[in-house]
Amino acid sequence: MKFAVVQFPGSNCDQDCLAALRGIDGIEAEYVWHKETSLGDADAIVLPGGFSYGDYLRCGAIARFSPIMRAVGEDARAGKLVIGICNGFQILCEAGLLPGALVRNRSLHFVCDYVNTRVETTNSPFLHGLSLGEVLQIPVAHGEGCYFADEKTLHSLNDHEQVLLRYCDGEGHATSAANPNGSVENIAGICNRERNVFGLMPHPDRACENRLGSRDGAKIFASMLHSLGATEAVA
Amino acid sequence: MKVKVFVTPKETVLDPQGAAVREAMQHLGFTAARDVRIGRYLEIELAENGDAAAQETKLRELCRDLLSNPVIEDYRLEMPHEK
Repeated sequence: MKFAVVQFPGSNCDQDCLAALRGIDGIEAEYVWHKETSLGDADAIVLPGGFSYGDYLRCGAIARFSPIMRAVGEDARAGKLVIGICNGFQILCEAGLLPGALVRNRSLHFVCDYVNTRVETTNSPFLHGLSLGEVLQIPVAHGEGCYFADEKTLHSLNDHEQVLLRYCDGEGHATSAANPNGSVENIAGICNRERNVFGLMPHPDRACENRLGSRDGAKIFASMLHSLGATEAVA
Repeated sequence: MKVKVFVTPKETVLDPQGAAVREAMQHLGFTAARDVRIGRYLEIELAENGDAAAQETKLRELCRDLLSNPVIEDYRLEMPHEK
């Protein structure tokens, strides 16, 4: 399966993503420059972390107008799997491919740490092989990762099981102490209504090897691979 | 021809930066500061020879799509003739 890792000026986790993906049997991964207008025959799209366009104006606000984003939008609407990590999540929100927005951390501090996140649903191509309530240990590194959505949007997200991950403690309790950035309802990651677009602040790309402290991130990429394989088998 | 754009966080959005500044003001003895909200101010210099109405239409579009994020922010566009 082919994964495209989009590079924006200022992306800095593109290499982490490529290395993490290539470390998983069955995944081929290539870069796609943001000036491109097509993602070719990629089966899945990764918007990596970083500081696209220096985070000027708002995080992701300028990157969403990069030429490649038109293709990302079209592919997303066609049902292709899209995962946005950290700055990639911010770009997806700015582009309107995911609801809500990411604002300054409540503490005003840049947070760089391992956090625990709880799997809120397995009804997702990104969390297929995982179990409900499973705790994933994945690092975060961001200054603007506080998820915000208005009441109506939150209701809708909850009603449609669109919250995929919530920050929690080691036992799986979504406490405020376990919330690294003040995100509403401890939200760490959400998907769109169609479930094929996933944005999350934690970095699965930084948790794919034991020597990095956790392999939990690889479970997400492996789940994507599995889902793509299943799709192909059906087709 | 200078256009001014004011972008401010919506009332419902937490503004921790504003809260930190409010506290600093209170520490400096200005206890009257009850709430501080921090936004963004843009000055845009326009070419003189354009179609003003078309420019304003386009600017409003840009305010909505680029300069502000309607999920978390409001904007106010001030055209030169409004002074």
